[in-house]
Amino acid sequence: MDYSQFLGMKQEIGLLVVFLLVFFYDTFMSKKAQNGLATVTCGLFGLFTAYTLLCPSVMADATTFGGMYATSPVIATIKNILNIGVFIVLVQSVKWANSESQTMRRGEFYELLLVTLFGMYLMISARHFLLFVIGLEAASLPLAAMVAFDKNRYESREAAIKYILTAVFSSAVFMMGLSFVYGLSGSLYFNEIASAISVNGEVNVLLVLAVAFVIAGVGFKLSLVPFHLWTADVYQGAPTNVTSYLSVISKGATAFAFLVIMVQVFGAFYSQVWEWMLYALIILTITVGNLFAIRQRNMKRFLAFSSVSQAGYIMLGVIALNATGMASLMYYVLVYIFSNLAAFGVLGAIENNTGKVSMDDYNGLYKTNPRLSLAMMLAMFSLAGIPPFAGFFSKFFIFTGALEQGSIAIYMLVLIALINTIISLYYYLLVVKAMFINDNETPIATFKSHWSERLGLWISVGGILLLGIVSCAYNYILELTQSSNMFAGLL
Amino acid sequence: MEISMMYYLIPSLIMFCCGVYGFITRKNMIAILISLELMLNAVDINFVVFNRFLFPGQLDGMFFTLFAIAIAAAETALAIAIIINIFRSNKTIDVDDATKMKF
Repeated sequence: MDYSQFLGMKQEIGLLVVFLLVFFYDTFMSKKAQNGLATVTCGLFGLFTAYTLLCPSVMADATTFGGMYATSPVIATIKNILNIGVFIVLVQSVKWANSESQTMRRGEFYELLLVTLFGMYLMISARHFLLFVIGLEAASLPLAAMVAFDKNRYESREAAIKYILTAVFSSAVFMMGLSFVYGLSGSLYFNEIASAISVNGEVNVLLVLAVAFVIAGVGFKLSLVPFHLWTADVYQGAPTNVTSYLSVISKGATAFAFLVIMVQVFGAFYSQVWEWMLYALIILTITVGNLFAIRQRNMKRFLAFSSVSQAGYIMLGVIALNATGMASLMYYVLVYIFSNLAAFGVLGAIENNTGKVSMDDYNGLYKTNPRLSLAMMLAMFSLAGIPPFAGFFSKFFIFTGALEQGSIAIYMLVLIALINTIISLYYYLLVVKAMFINDNETPIATFKSHWSERLGLWISVGGILLLGIVSCAYNYILELTQSSNMFAGLL
Repeated sequence: MEISMMYYLIPSLIMFCCGVYGFITRKNMIAILISLELMLNAVDINFVVFNRFLFPGQLDGMFFTLFAIAIAAAETALAIAIIINIFRSNKTIDVDDATKMKF
């Protein structure tokens, strides 16, 4: 076997090095040095992120293991985007990991987190369903352990059992779909499946069933609406840092991998088989997510339903089925990382210092903690899509990408999504109203947040403010996707 | 008598449906886990049968099955660890008692 092909997997190897260094540090360093573990992990991962962002050789095209693994500039870019998000999550978790209850097991938190990221890398790069399934499981099983991390808190356990059972159920459904695909085509390579099933251009029942099962399996991970029931409970029960990781990084990686599967494997059957399935799912996801978000009083559940509806918007980039849609999906994930992590950063800071997570506790927050409330306000504006913040541009581009597809049905879909943006504005502004307008006799007392929480918030708020205005970010991604050959075989 | 592919596929389909039914109706967490195993094993049977009957020249399906079995084992181990954790606090593993968080 030619071992030099491992050199094609530059980002995976880099991540593995970070993981091993953290693991050895956790295992072999003295008790005293262990207190620096969180900072060391942030530093190492920051270096890794900077390296992959700046080093041009990461961007090279490579295919290894007989075509099972592929990387390209687009794929390297989505991995870089995820890296930025993971870096913010790591920074935000420093205080929590150093708190008294977590000192015993914070090493595991960082190791599990890096392993799940590795699984997501595999998922994004896989061009063979075996590698994809391994990546999917490597990304979802350690997450169940992370959800159960506060093992002395009952909610954490309940969330973990709900998560693991739905995750296994969804992967069983997904693999059932794969078995049909295998029976139809006799291969598990993406390109061989695509050419085998489209050879006579006929649609049979088994193919429709297979696509439905694949969409349902991935839909569980993305928490699209009929498969979203675990989302709110898991988000509420899990430790806040795990929730932010779950809502942003896991969702972004799965969304991109979903796009790759739908385009490369089932792309030829877009209008016959899966356009209408995804169409119905998007409408349901955006609407139901929004309607349920309105009635939530717990901030974590509120953000859970908001992330359900955001997943619907992300899926608009998949249904667009063109390079613009792909670019806008990646850009949406990038912006979503910054806005949601800003919201979770404020939530986590308040929870760490006072233990309060209800929206009613936020009444009058502006009088006591003006900076935190400003950060939360920017996050809510960005999630709702108010110009000039980044969230407006990400929604704008994702609608543009969908409209480029051009059919009347898609125009209707974008119209529904637009109406839903207005509904979402209502409940995002409820939080802002609570912080700035509502009176409270006993507001959350003024506190000084930890340096790590402040650093995480500064990065996220900087992203929200700058990304929309600095348009080269989107142009850069768009150029990459247009020059990729992802959509070459279609249309 | 010639044993065709259908003799395997139909039991596997029944197994999968039983698994889904058990997952939805069972109240004991271990029973839910068993239902999930039924579903995963139905998938394994499917892969092996498709490989054996339709594409006898290659091994893709067999390999997928081997990996799927390993993944299922990992999933079960993790789920049981979490169930034990729940049992310690609840003294029961009935799903009706794990409903503190709701809409």
